[in-house]
Amino acid sequence: MKTRLRNLAAVIRSKNSGPYELTLDIIFKDRKTFERVVTLGVINKPLVAKLYSLKPEQVLSVINFAPSCAIKATIVRPCGSGDLGERDVYGAQQHAPLMNLEFDL
Amino acid sequence: MDEYRILSPTGIVGYGFPEESFRAGLAQKPDLMACDAGSTDPGPYYLGSGKSFTTVTAVKRDLSLMVRAACELKIPLVIGSAGGAGGNKHVEREKGILLEIAEEEGLSFRFATISAEFDKDFLIGELKKNKITPLGAAPDITEKDLKDSSCIVAQMGTEPIIAALEEGAQIILAGRCYDPAPFAAPAIRLGYSPALSIHLGKILECAAIAAIPGSGSDCMMGYLGEDYFSIEPLSANRKCTVTSVAAHTLYEKSNPSLLPGPGGTIDLSQCEFLQETERRVKVRGTVYNTAAINTVKLEGSKLVGYRTVCICGNRDPIFISQIDDILEKLKIRVRENLSGTSSNYNLDFIVYGRNGVMGILEPEKNAVPHEVGIIIDVVAETQEYASTVCSVARSTLLHHGYDGRMSTGGNLAFPYSPSEMQAGAVYKFSAYHLLENNEPVKIFPRTHFTVRKGKLI
Repeated sequence: MKTRLRNLAAVIRSKNSGPYELTLDIIFKDRKTFERVVTLGVINKPLVAKLYSLKPEQVLSVINFAPSCAIKATIVRPCGSGDLGERDVYGAQQHAPLMNLEFDL
Repeated sequence: MDEYRILSPTGIVGYGFPEESFRAGLAQKPDLMACDAGSTDPGPYYLGSGKSFTTVTAVKRDLSLMVRAACELKIPLVIGSAGGAGGNKHVEREKGILLEIAEEEGLSFRFATISAEFDKDFLIGELKKNKITPLGAAPDITEKDLKDSSCIVAQMGTEPIIAALEEGAQIILAGRCYDPAPFAAPAIRLGYSPALSIHLGKILECAAIAAIPGSGSDCMMGYLGEDYFSIEPLSANRKCTVTSVAAHTLYEKSNPSLLPGPGGTIDLSQCEFLQETERRVKVRGTVYNTAAINTVKLEGSKLVGYRTVCICGNRDPIFISQIDDILEKLKIRVRENLSGTSSNYNLDFIVYGRNGVMGILEPEKNAVPHEVGIIIDVVAETQEYASTVCSVARSTLLHHGYDGRMSTGGNLAFPYSPSEMQAGAVYKFSAYHLLENNEPVKIFPRTHFTVRKGKLI
């Protein structure tokens, strides 16, 4: 059955991690779902690169963090925070492409 | 080892906190009050300009409650990254506010300021010795970047704060600081585990954000023991749960298990989070790994120009269907119309409704909205020239003829008159680098002061 990430997660957010990196957190509603998504391996570097139109090397990491039932991806910011061309100084509104991701669970 | 109690009144001095929560914290007789005041989050402007992202009125309100309580309870009060960005100008503003409070209340205490601002010539010397390296995705740094910076600070660790306490300061206004350091330093000085002290500091520096519902402007209490720490929010309406605390460890960092700081890294991979009471969570198992080479994180900011913006909108389906093309052509037209002037400017259009929020990261590239908001954004060497370019861009776009145009009255809706706004100086981060250094106390000089009955002596 196909389901969207926004139905599986309690938190989907983005935020600066320093002025040059942006970090995306997905905190799942329960451990079972988290473990299922991790086992399927659907949230990975190529997926994040595709969602945000990035080169593979611009996705710095995708980390599973079991204590919080969370998956965290960190990407290179399009520019240093506040540089010319900035769109989101705090990086707090870059999460939306994750919300409608669809999976077969 | 007695339990050491740390009161964190608020996430940033100047963000406010409810007095009721604060009094509940004081009733528990804390051994330390500490607060972080800074962040790079609001961008490079504050570090570069010497201004604060909090107001004097808000800071004075928070600080006066904290200072009065610290004097009554005779406990240390440590403020980290004073004034926001933690440069000397920022610390100086905070010191002025502290002295005003002392005078108005007739208070007596000893206090210290700790400088975190660095001399450019010293840093240029260190760069030549290859002691400065980029952090994460930060670009390389040149001698020119350092020279052009209007302010460069480094995040101090716990060592300079411990030194200031040893030297007799009760209140400390530290310049740029590793966020957990104001909480951890006094505990480490008394012999508590650095791993637990720093991990606890990492949670307390955000005040009640790790609670449910979370808040960066309400009080949190930390309880530090020999092999554990616990945390509990001080407002009865909030609680800490294993999930809320574990989730907080993810916030604003690239790797949730390994949190590097000056002098070492805390490792959370073996941590246990236990629900101790309905509102209190206990944590054990944090490990501290001392770094082989001691480093501090540098943050620098430099002036890049002056900004003028024009906020406007468009509701025409024909215009919107061609908007990318129209704006590209417009950039060329503006350059032509300004030939013979300086030509040294950056003209950008932020188009809300298209990709205003995500820019090049936006995956929905072909959406055609029914209306768009446009910011004409110009940065140039002088304010006057930025306004010139913005004004020419505005009038050119207003009357620009595009294919199939029907609405010949004008292409833009302006909510304001005047339509342009001068946004002032624009800065960019010029340094986000690690500086190798083995003298973590010496490079952050301290100045001590004594206030007696409100007077600086």
